[in-house]
Amino acid sequence: MEKKYCVYICKGCGIKEALDVDKLSGAAKKVQNFKIHDVLCSPEGVQLIKDDMVKDGINTIIIAACSPRAKAAEFTFPGALVERVNIREFVAWTMEPNTEGTNDAAYDYLTMGIVRTQKSELPEPNILPDLNSTILVIGGGIAGMTAALSAAGAGQQVVLVEKEAHLGGFVNKLYKKIPTGSYINKPLIVDTDINKTVTEVENNRNIKVYKSTTVSKTDGQPGLYNVTLSNGETVKIGAIVMASGWKPYDANKLDYLGYGKMKNVVTNFELEEIAKKNGGKLLRPSDGKPALKVAFIQCAGQRDPNHLPYCSSMCCATSLKQSQYVRQNEDALAMIFYKDIRTPGRTELYYKEAQNNPGVMLSKADVTGVSDAGNGNMFVEMENTLFGTKTGEKVKVEADLVVLATGMVPTSRAPQEYADGLTKAAGGGDEAKKNYLEQTPKPDYILNLGYRQGPELPTLEGASGFADSNFICFQYETRRTGIYAAGSVHQPMNMAEAMEDGAGAAFKAIQAVDHAQRGIAVHPRAWDMTYPDPLIIKCTACKRCTEECPFGAIDEDEKGIPNYNINRCRRCGTCMGACPERIVSFKDYSVDIVGSMLKAIDVPDDEDVFRIACLVCENDSYPALDTAAIVGKKIDPSVRFISMRCLGGMNLVWVADALSKGIDGMLLLGCKYGENYQCHFVKGSELANTRFSKVSETLNRLQLESGRVELMQIAINEYDKLPEMINEFVEKVKVFGPNPFKSM
Amino acid sequence: MAENKVLVVGGGFSGLTAAVEAAEAGSDVILVEKNPYLGGRVTQLNKYFWKMCPPNCGLEIQYKRIKNNGQVKIYTMAEVEKISGSEGNFEVTIKTQPRFVNEKCTGCNKCTEACPEERSNDFDFGMSKTKAAYLPHNQAFPLQYVIDAKACKGSSCAKCVAACAYDAIKLDMKPETVTVKVGAVVMATGWNPYDATKMDNLGFGAVPNVITNMMMERIAAPNGPTGGKIVRPSDGKEVKNVAFVQCAGSRDENHLAHCSYICCLASLKQASYVRELYPDAKVKIFYIDIRTPGLYENRFYTKIKEDKNVSFLKGKVARVEQAPNGDVKVTAEDIHGGSKITETFDMVVLATGMQPTAASLKNAGVAMTDDGFVDQAALPKGIYATGTLKTPVDVARSAQDATGVVMKSIQSLRRK
Repeated sequence: MEKKYCVYICKGCGIKEALDVDKLSGAAKKVQNFKIHDVLCSPEGVQLIKDDMVKDGINTIIIAACSPRAKAAEFTFPGALVERVNIREFVAWTMEPNTEGTNDAAYDYLTMGIVRTQKSELPEPNILPDLNSTILVIGGGIAGMTAALSAAGAGQQVVLVEKEAHLGGFVNKLYKKIPTGSYINKPLIVDTDINKTVTEVENNRNIKVYKSTTVSKTDGQPGLYNVTLSNGETVKIGAIVMASGWKPYDANKLDYLGYGKMKNVVTNFELEEIAKKNGGKLLRPSDGKPALKVAFIQCAGQRDPNHLPYCSSMCCATSLKQSQYVRQNEDALAMIFYKDIRTPGRTELYYKEAQNNPGVMLSKADVTGVSDAGNGNMFVEMENTLFGTKTGEKVKVEADLVVLATGMVPTSRAPQEYADGLTKAAGGGDEAKKNYLEQTPKPDYILNLGYRQGPELPTLEGASGFADSNFICFQYETRRTGIYAAGSVHQPMNMAEAMEDGAGAAFKAIQAVDHAQRGIAVHPRAWDMTYPDPLIIKCTACKRCTEECPFGAIDEDEKGIPNYNINRCRRCGTCMGACPERIVSFKDYSVDIVGSMLKAIDVPDDEDVFRIACLVCENDSYPALDTAAIVGKKIDPSVRFISMRCLGGMNLVWVADALSKGIDGMLLLGCKYGENYQCHFVKGSELANTRFSKVSETLNRLQLESGRVELMQIAINEYDKLPEMINEFVEKVKVFGPNPFKSM
Repeated sequence: MAENKVLVVGGGFSGLTAAVEAAEAGSDVILVEKNPYLGGRVTQLNKYFWKMCPPNCGLEIQYKRIKNNGQVKIYTMAEVEKISGSEGNFEVTIKTQPRFVNEKCTGCNKCTEACPEERSNDFDFGMSKTKAAYLPHNQAFPLQYVIDAKACKGSSCAKCVAACAYDAIKLDMKPETVTVKVGAVVMATGWNPYDATKMDNLGFGAVPNVITNMMMERIAAPNGPTGGKIVRPSDGKEVKNVAFVQCAGSRDENHLAHCSYICCLASLKQASYVRELYPDAKVKIFYIDIRTPGLYENRFYTKIKEDKNVSFLKGKVARVEQAPNGDVKVTAEDIHGGSKITETFDMVVLATGMQPTAASLKNAGVAMTDDGFVDQAALPKGIYATGTLKTPVDVARSAQDATGVVMKSIQSLRRK
């Protein structure tokens, strides 16, 4: 595309009152065409641009007006390269009106915007050939079956792989389930009807079911996965739902509660099997006699740092359900001992039904142990009960059957523990690593990804092995694009939730395939047609991009040369920031583009005039700056903000570019990192910080103070503090004095 | 031919998620929101539990996705009046209240500067005032001002009209009705905070320093009535001794029979607001059960429990009353001690629960269960409910559920 430029300068919203628009047009003259308009976002202003596109063939539009976060619909011009230069929020609203500094700032912003368009190309989607849209679902439990039926119901082809010989997963083992919806005047236990769902799956023409099968290898990327099954077959897959489920916590570890020592101490899962086998009768394992005094011990090995630190969230309701099993025998008593009864939402009404049942006794209690009471009976020992006992006073309650409400362990946990162990061993040297690999049994892998960064979905620190998202608001955020966890491998959840989750994950899988077919990224840059396009001939195989990619999108060949799987890529630009050879570029975002923008900042020789370049994460810091402008905060006129997709794209060469040119200081604004990180690209700002630690080398080489460059972690709601933080940094740089490179 | 279009009713986190996700899967979406801004209840929150991150962070991403996607048509200040037809071909009547500010608004704030009238700010639960011409909050989307018809003196004043250089203010705007055709409908109208004045014994409305948990969010928020300083309403005193009353209305057959899911976690979160701001402050949480189900949720509880200045007392609060000097007296049962206790606090926060909005969907043909939620079994094919219309849930579960419901709505579009 031959670029035909026009700069449009808006005078509205206080711009013309704050700065000299004629002077600003001096910057616009670089591209010859420019127009000044009173209210560019008005229908007339927008029409002016559209007319220019038609009449004069303008295809590269530079709009110096408000923030790109405002008036997005008005300033959308399909087919044109559009650059928004934010002179409203960044200049007119935050700087002293009509000073030289303010006019200089506007001039620089427009110059930088022009440079950016000169170096950018109109993005075109890169649609890879031979894309497949089949959804692979791993796991035929309730979450997986729901995912399969959901995708099939939307017309998608589905391959469902189940490890066991039957579909249905854990629900197969249940005697009854809790009904959904209202519990008022409704039966409290109902048939699971799992066979109906199994039949529906098996009879669905869009679903191909493989039973007694696992996944041996997963290669490729969204739209282009080659998945090898344990039967040797290879299937072509578009996207994957991982619904591999959970296992009960190993109750043998709960010997203090009598498990393994006394036959009549069973787990909640075993109780289901007993009920199912005996048509609902709860017969004791030791002697087959009907249980008449059943004690349920909640949180058995849960909310306990020695076992599972989390709450499995379904065990309270499960025990309440099982108390209804007990109560099918009118002579039997159910006793539930809990830390807290957790029946959130409408499940509270289910709890209420149990409370109203004369044969169900509930008490808060700290259970300390279970001992033999003879005749196959047990004493449940406890303290801090609600029986009117004093604090610390022990109580013994006799039961003829004890049920341990044990929790869920995700199937993703074992591979993660193995990987963690390997990392730890590798830290002890090659020998230790070798020993670990030789001596540690391999876990059951779920995906067996042929990815550079490991065979499974990475789980988060503190997630106890669940393949969870780190975001409250984005539950299907995944660090392996196109692969979505669902059900109890995702988070602890109950059946109804697992079904919704299966549907949600299936939807995200369909969306991933659809976006691959359109050549665009997925969340959060779900519109983005650009993609990293490395100049591989200049690659030195340093492997930094392959190691640092937060999404494991880049593999390597045997020589260490990276292979960019663009359908796995989320377009954050971390690879661009990581690359010491500066060879990774997007059509509108590259080391050269940002470097050229930095170099476009005019640095006057005047020793009293400072220039601070500030790289800003567009997701949190940029909106915080806009908000600061809205609430009337002031920012030092020496500061120039440059928007980044993510601070992870920060390339160290920019520090040298800027400081060697005479820029006095540089500020990097990224998201919060560490545990509970807020970076939308996982660890962008953290990686920037790691790189940043090497900045002092650059600065030492230039013989500059290391304090001239600083990284700050900013949340979007810190707009009230941010201007002050920036202004304080400017003052700090002023104390260092002007950059000696200024006049060179 | 079915309409390849989804109607989403409600622009809170559930509705927003449904709208964005459906649009990114290639469907056209109509998003109807009652408020003049999107984001719903979570826009009023200071931070999310357990992660302690600001809701506007995720909302910003959602808005950006909407802006770049271009397939979501938004109606603010609008409600659905009627739905007819069937799956694949619904006809929906949408009624829009006048905003008095059109889309030419640039967000320049001149109307607010010129406006002489004030209104009580419902966004801050009446704890602050705005001009009659106002921006709902400083990160509002759409960035478009609105005029409160009740506070505005209309054409007799019209100072805002004169101040607006962009021809954006039209004081003669009237309610409008439009009819649209869609293939599927997602109901996501969410919840309202339970009216705390209904609980006579808990002092809300009578004792100035008794507030609700939602008010606490506004007080703690940087864009709230106190700029994020946690002080008590009566005299602006910094609070050093705060009580949280759990299940204020929830788990109570006289009020809300259900558990509202979020209140335990919300109080733990708010306890940490107080503790972060005031290192010597004390917090006491009166509870029946601490409900923090799940992975991170329970970890969060464990973490807060480690704080020696946060104490927990199992027992229902019987009474909250005025004490001297603006303080508040709390009488509660101590279940473990088997006694009654009375203690005085600087401020009391009522952990009020969720009143579902299912009743408001009657005109849209949505039936309600005995306990006040959407009767899903009675929903016509092609109409789906999500989020807190089904059962009280937190933001994470809402986002999950909304995505699952989008799957169903896409099936409705593709079925015919």
